[in-house]
Amino acid sequence: MSCIKMKYEVPGDDFTRAGEASSMVKRKLKQLGYNPDAIRRVAIAMYEGEINMVIHAGGGVAEVEVYPDRVEIALIDQGPGIADVEMAMQEGYSTAPDNVRSLGFGAGMGLPNIKKYTDAMRIDTEVGKGTTMYLTVKAK
Amino acid sequence: MTVEECAQKLSLRFLAGEEGAQTEISGGYVGDLLSWVMGRLEEGQAWITVMGNINAIAVATLKDASCIILTDEAPLDEDARRRAELEGVPVLVTDKNSYQTALALGQALL
Repeated sequence: MSCIKMKYEVPGDDFTRAGEASSMVKRKLKQLGYNPDAIRRVAIAMYEGEINMVIHAGGGVAEVEVYPDRVEIALIDQGPGIADVEMAMQEGYSTAPDNVRSLGFGAGMGLPNIKKYTDAMRIDTEVGKGTTMYLTVKAK
Repeated sequence: MTVEECAQKLSLRFLAGEEGAQTEISGGYVGDLLSWVMGRLEEGQAWITVMGNINAIAVATLKDASCIILTDEAPLDEDARRRAELEGVPVLVTDKNSYQTALALGQALL
């Protein structure tokens, strides 16, 4: 099965560039004539993941693999890790600092939104080492 | 109703993205927390907010909002204006608050 691979650097602490990777992936999937609903869900999940890496992890890498029936995304950072994944998955729970909240982030909806808009989500995280999130969006 | 017709009816002023003026507005969503809006705004809705930063443009683009309506004369950052032009996202402004704007939009859409 043919697969298109894309890789993006997500810069840390730069909110003016956050969202670039998800915008580029969205554009690329549109060019490919991909399923519109899947494009929308990929864009949302990736954007939230990017923002998380910018806020919490000093940036990271987004790897995207596009298959005819699904998109697989890996979001990889060497940040502080997530101490309590269960808490982080709850709507409204946030550890984002105040300066980030003033930009409109920190609603505690990042991970819940990612879960809501993907078909599969796995978080590998270790405190002090970093976090890798694997996401799958199926083209229904 | 298109964004342009909405601008006329609600006395909104274009700040950026006029190329998207003929986009149809399907409804509206009010909110200032980006992730909240990211999870709930539906395609084609006008997004009523006071958030005029570059991340708001990213959210509007990714969610295919028909336009952003900045209320209470909320400012649009310069880098956000440039991004909105680039993405073709209409950004409009009003001196009315979000409640008044949502009410007027709802009536205009009837």
